[in-house]
Amino acid sequence: MKKLSLISLFVLVMRRDLVLAMRRRADVLTTLIFFVMVVSLFPLGVGPEMDMLRKMAPGVLWVAALLSSMLSLGRLFSADYLDGTLEQMLLAPQSLSVLVLGKMVSHWMVSGLPLVLLTPVLGLQFDMSAPAIGVLMLGLLLGTPILSMVGAIGAALTLGLRGGGVLLSLLVLPLCIPVLIFGTGAVQAVSSGLNVSAHLSLMGALLVLALAFTPWVTAQALRISME
Amino acid sequence: MAINWFKYSAPTTFYPLAGKLIPWFAISSLILFAVGLYIGFVVAPADAQQGEFYRIIFIHVPSSIISMFLYLIMAAYAALGLIFNTRLSSMMASAIAPTGALFAFISLWTGALWGKPMWGAWWVWDARLTSELILLFLYLGFIALHASIDDPRRADRAAALLAIVGSVNVPIIYFSVKWWNTLHQGSTIKYSGTSMHIAMQQAMFTMLAACWLYAIAIALTRVRSIILERERNSKWITELAEVKS
Amino acid sequence: MSLDIWMRENPLTYIWVGSYAVAFLIFAVEIAMVVHKRKITLQQVRLMREADQSEED
Repeated sequence: MKKLSLISLFVLVMRRDLVLAMRRRADVLTTLIFFVMVVSLFPLGVGPEMDMLRKMAPGVLWVAALLSSMLSLGRLFSADYLDGTLEQMLLAPQSLSVLVLGKMVSHWMVSGLPLVLLTPVLGLQFDMSAPAIGVLMLGLLLGTPILSMVGAIGAALTLGLRGGGVLLSLLVLPLCIPVLIFGTGAVQAVSSGLNVSAHLSLMGALLVLALAFTPWVTAQALRISME
Repeated sequence: MAINWFKYSAPTTFYPLAGKLIPWFAISSLILFAVGLYIGFVVAPADAQQGEFYRIIFIHVPSSIISMFLYLIMAAYAALGLIFNTRLSSMMASAIAPTGALFAFISLWTGALWGKPMWGAWWVWDARLTSELILLFLYLGFIALHASIDDPRRADRAAALLAIVGSVNVPIIYFSVKWWNTLHQGSTIKYSGTSMHIAMQQAMFTMLAACWLYAIAIALTRVRSIILERERNSKWITELAEVKS
Repeated sequence: MSLDIWMRENPLTYIWVGSYAVAFLIFAVEIAMVVHKRKITLQQVRLMREADQSEED
C-alpha cells in the first residue's frame, strides 16, 4: 500500500467528510436554523429596546454559536464509529493526528463557517454598526475553529456513550470560556472606540495553540475510546 | 539501603497502609478543627473594617485553596495513571474528584455568604468567584465522564485525558476571566488590605491544615473502597481479615 | 430587607448557621457517604467470596 503524504492525506479526509456532509444536507441546515432561532429568541425574551439589544448582541451571537457547535459535534465521529470506518482509520499506517485535523477542518467548514457568513444578517436584527459586525465576524472566523477543535476532544472522549450529547456540552463548554470572552470583548472594544487588536491577537494565539495540540490530544482520546 | 518507593504504589501494599493511616489523619484533623475554630472565634479579635463577618475567611480561604490544589493533584495522578499505566494513581484521581468538587462548592457558598454583608450582593462576577465556579464545572465534567463509562479502564483513561486538558486550560481561563472582569469594571471593592492580626493568621493556617487532613482521610477511605471494588476477584482481597469475618 | 438588619444584629449567628454549619453538614454527609460505600463494597466482596467457596465445595 502506497503511503500518502501528510498533505494529500489531510485533503483526502477533508474532501471525504465534505462530500458526506453534502449528502446529508439536512443535518447541516438544522444546526444553522438552530443558530438563527436561538438568536431570534433573545429579543422576544428580553424586550425590543434597541439600546439593550445592541449591547447584548455580541454575547448572544457568541453563546448561540457555542451552543450550535455543541449540537453538531456529536456527529463528528459517531457516523464513522457506527459503520466501522473509524476503526479502519485507527489501524491505518497514516498519522491519526493529521486525519483528525482533516475531520476538524471539514467540520468547521460545514458548521462554523456558515455561522460566520450568517452573522451580518443577524447583527442587523440587533442594530449593530458595520464595524462592530466586521469585528464580530473576524472574531467568529478565528474562534469557531477553536470550538470545533476543542469540541473534537470531547466528541472523541464521549464516543458511543449513552447521553453523549449532554455530557459533551458539560465537558466542552467550560473549556470554551476564553474564546467567548475574547470574542465578545473585541466587539465591545470596537463599539467603545478602543483598539481591537489585543483581543483578536489573543484569539489568534489560542487558535495556534489549539491547532498545535488538539489534533494529537483528540487522536489519543480516540485510541482510548476505541481500544 | 535503597528504599523501594514503588512498593506502596501497588494496591496490595497500599490498601493496608492507607487503612493504618486513616485514623491518624481523621483524629488530627478533628483536633485541628477544634483548635482552629477556638482561635478563630475566641482569640482572634473582630476586624476593624469588616467586624465579625470576616470570620468566614477561616473556612472560605482554606476550601478555595484546597479545591484548586486538589484539581492539580487529581490531574497529576490521572496523568501518572495514563502514562505509566499504574492502577492505583487512576483510582486516587477518581477518589479525589468528589472531595474537590465539594470543597469548590463550599468555597462558593461561603463566598456568597461573605459577599452579602460586604458587597451587598450574594454574587458578584468577580474574577476569583467566576473561576471558582468554572473549576466546579470542570470537576463535575470529570465525575460525569467517569460515571458514564462502564468499563473502568476506559473511564480512567478518558477522564485522565480530560483532567489534563482541563489543567492546561485552568491558567488560560483564569487570566481571561481576570481580564474580562477588569474590562467590565466589576466590583471595585477588593479584599480588605489591612494587615492580618497574628491570631487570624494562626486560625487560618490551623483550619487549612485541618481541611487538608480531612481531605486526605476522606480520599484514602474512598480509594480503599475503590480498590476493594476493582480488585474483588484477586486472591489477596479474599484473604483480608475484614472480608473473611 | 429584614434579613439585612437581622444579619447585622447577629453576625456570629449568621456566620455560624450560614457557612460553618453548612460546611460541616457537607463534611458529615460526605463522611456518611464514604462509610456507607465502604460497608456496601465489603458486603459485596464477602458475598462473592462465599459464592466462590460454596462452588468449590
